[in-house]
Amino acid sequence: MIAIQNISKKFGKLTVLDGASAQFNKGECIALIGPNGCGKTTLIKSILGMVVPNAGNILFNDVSIKNEFLYRNNIGYMPQIGRYPENMSIGQVIDMIKKIRNYNSQLDEELLDLYKIKDLLNKKMRTLSGGTTQKISATIAFLFNPDVLILDEPTAGLDPLAAEILKEKIIKEKQKGKLIIITSHLLSELDELVTQVVFMQDGKIKFHKNTEELKTDTQMPTIAKAITHILKATVHE
Amino acid sequence: MDRIKQVIDKTKRQTMLSLFSIVFAFIANGKTLTVGQNKQYKTIHKAIKFAVAFDTIEIHEGLYKEGNIVVDKSLYIKGINKPVLDGEKKYEVVSVKSNFTTIDGLVVQHSGYATLDDPGGIKVYDSHHVTIINNVLLDNFFGIYIQYGQHCIVKNNTIEAFGIEEQQIGNGIHCWKSDSLQIIGNKITGHRDGIYFEFVTGTIIWRNISFNNLRYGLHFMVSNDDAYIGNILKNNGAGVAVMFSKRIKMINNYFSDNWGDAAYGLLLKEISDGYIFNNRFSSNTSGIFMEGTSRINVENNSFYNNGWGMKIQASCMENNIINNNFKNNTFDVSTNGSLVLNVFNKNYWDKYEGYDLNKDNIGDVAYHPLSLFSIIVENNASVMLLYQSFFAMLLDKSEKVIPSLTPTNFIDEQPLMHPILL
Amino acid sequence: MNRLIKFVVLDIIKNRTILGYTLLLAIFSWSVFGLEDNATKGVLTLLNIMLLIVPLVSIIFSTIYIYNSSEFIDLMVSQPVKRNKIWTSLFIGLSISQILAFVVGVGIPLLLFAPLNIALSMISVGCMISVIFIAIAFLACAITHDKSKGIGVSIMLWLYFALLFDGLVLFLLFQFADYPIEHFMIGITMLSPIDMARILILLQLNVSALLGHTGAIFTDFFGTIIGTFISTFVLCLWAIIPFYLSLRMFNKKDL
Repeated sequence: MIAIQNISKKFGKLTVLDGASAQFNKGECIALIGPNGCGKTTLIKSILGMVVPNAGNILFNDVSIKNEFLYRNNIGYMPQIGRYPENMSIGQVIDMIKKIRNYNSQLDEELLDLYKIKDLLNKKMRTLSGGTTQKISATIAFLFNPDVLILDEPTAGLDPLAAEILKEKIIKEKQKGKLIIITSHLLSELDELVTQVVFMQDGKIKFHKNTEELKTDTQMPTIAKAITHILKATVHE
Repeated sequence: MDRIKQVIDKTKRQTMLSLFSIVFAFIANGKTLTVGQNKQYKTIHKAIKFAVAFDTIEIHEGLYKEGNIVVDKSLYIKGINKPVLDGEKKYEVVSVKSNFTTIDGLVVQHSGYATLDDPGGIKVYDSHHVTIINNVLLDNFFGIYIQYGQHCIVKNNTIEAFGIEEQQIGNGIHCWKSDSLQIIGNKITGHRDGIYFEFVTGTIIWRNISFNNLRYGLHFMVSNDDAYIGNILKNNGAGVAVMFSKRIKMINNYFSDNWGDAAYGLLLKEISDGYIFNNRFSSNTSGIFMEGTSRINVENNSFYNNGWGMKIQASCMENNIINNNFKNNTFDVSTNGSLVLNVFNKNYWDKYEGYDLNKDNIGDVAYHPLSLFSIIVENNASVMLLYQSFFAMLLDKSEKVIPSLTPTNFIDEQPLMHPILL
Repeated sequence: MNRLIKFVVLDIIKNRTILGYTLLLAIFSWSVFGLEDNATKGVLTLLNIMLLIVPLVSIIFSTIYIYNSSEFIDLMVSQPVKRNKIWTSLFIGLSISQILAFVVGVGIPLLLFAPLNIALSMISVGCMISVIFIAIAFLACAITHDKSKGIGVSIMLWLYFALLFDGLVLFLLFQFADYPIEHFMIGITMLSPIDMARILILLQLNVSALLGHTGAIFTDFFGTIIGTFISTFVLCLWAIIPFYLSLRMFNKKDL
């Protein structure tokens, strides 16, 4: 569904992505992990077209995304830190995105209800706490029933209850056969969700493995432990 | 002694006698000759031929194409119902070559157009006491031309031409080497200069209207001791130009709308000892432009809505500019030099921002009427491109606060707080 | 696109700064025409204000607005919207609101007090100047990465066009005083939209006679149909080129 072919990105002198390649398919739930500054967010933003790579290609359903924008109709994106026009109310932001998406099918308003956002519609974005903003981001990401969900640190800033709701939602969507890409540092959360792990370091993709494969390779019972094991190993190098 | 007295007495008696005979001749001997289709004479030529001095010739309504008409006798030529004398663009129409002649009520048109002998609608040659009154002069090369005339009166004529280029048209009223003339109440338009004086002395120009002429409304060249009073000078290249002349009095005139590139209300060049009093300069590119001008008093004039109120070149000296009103001019005054030999005093400047603590209507702070921008423009005219720009504004403001480039003695020590009532 | 423009315009109007700007312009214009009995003088004073304030407000307001819209831009970029559309909508939205402010603030008094032809050309030139400086603000934003730098660049650009350029012109005029550079100056004038706007209006007023020989040459050029066409075209270029460059940069920009 998404093919990343050898992409590189430099911010000034700093190389953030250095020939990263990967293939993500329908029905997969991918955990994108790695130490801080390894290029996870840049990779995600490249897929979304927010960052333009210096080299390489990204294919979405076998079509290059270069100068394309309609493919984003199929993507729901939840940013790490959601930034919204401060003067607008929650209702206006959601309305605006609805109008821009021009989406005709049934909206997925599950999170809207679960997070009780309908009570907050008149609140201005600038008055919201980080957690509430994250809830809005999550709601918007799922609202249009996209085939691909890209969630950047989805549970950071959410209270445990909200995080749990989100997790269940993710599982539900995964079962519908959607592609889900998650980055997270809270490795323990990933266990129940993830089918594959992509490990990044210094702008490169170190490995891309099935969770089962990973567990057998490292002989660890959970993904979290397996990854910690790998991280330790890389530091020792 | 006695001998001298006798001579004087004799001459006195003779003049008295001659004067008497003139008056007598007019009253007693004058007969009237009529010219017209069904009249005594069919042509003017014939009437003049049969007339004797002090006869009256009445020219009745009609179109007369008789070439050049020479009046060589002291006649009173009177038009009845505006007869038209046409020069067919070939001839000088009326040539007056006799003293004590009056031309009254004619329409004179289409004089010849030649630049060599300056044909005029009505031209006076070497004569005195000629009166030209109530005539209409249309489309002549020169309108009324007086050379070597004395004590002539030009009054209430309408002089109109349709000149397009300066070289191809003469002046409305042109006077050369003459003395003691009176130019009164004429209306002149479309000529090169409305009224032109060269070597003319002791003459008064009163209540004329000179407008839309190609060059100047009124032009003095080497003419001394003249006065022009109460004239209206509108829409000319320059309202009045006074050049190389002395002791000219300029009073109660109205200079307006002499507007355009290099246009002036009053242009003064190499003149001295004049007096400019109670005139109004309104909407001229420059109200007064002075060059090589000395000992002129400029008093009680109003300068309103001009581009430049006064442009005083560095070659001017000992002029007094006193008690004038300067209002709404883009620049009140400008000069091209740093030497200031003229006096400004007790003028009203609408741009003055000083105060008057003792309420005597004289500002307590002296006023510098020169703006820095105007000086820069004087040095390099193209800088006007920056007119009304923020940059020019800033230049002026900074100069007002710390004068450094404008001459410090270009100053009105006693600026008035309120305009003078004029 | 239309929806985005609508969002931008509504957002700017809600902002109140633009209302303050409209009010400021209106107060200036009404007081100018109230104080000056002579319409030409009023137009001149207004021209002065217009050529100073309109570019300043246009460029600074736009720069701040673009930076403050970074969230909006972020949000839109992750949605299925073309980048061109986002940037262009911002530009058109800003232009519409600035033009609206100018027409309401200055245009109405001009139409009431000034001769019609002068009022119309003042309004159109004022609108052009607004749009041009918005375009320049977009370029400043595309070049710089943070808000304070962007505002700094904008102020410098404004200062350059409002002041420094004229200093340069003065320098040139004196350096080449002995040469016939009037035609050359027409070209130079085109390098500053403020100067061009000022001269275009001056030539329409009767004060153009004060411009003397140079003014005559300028009238000969700008007075003709071709001259009017060229000057309008150049003013349009002043809006199009900076915006186009900024658009190209924005399309490649990482968010």
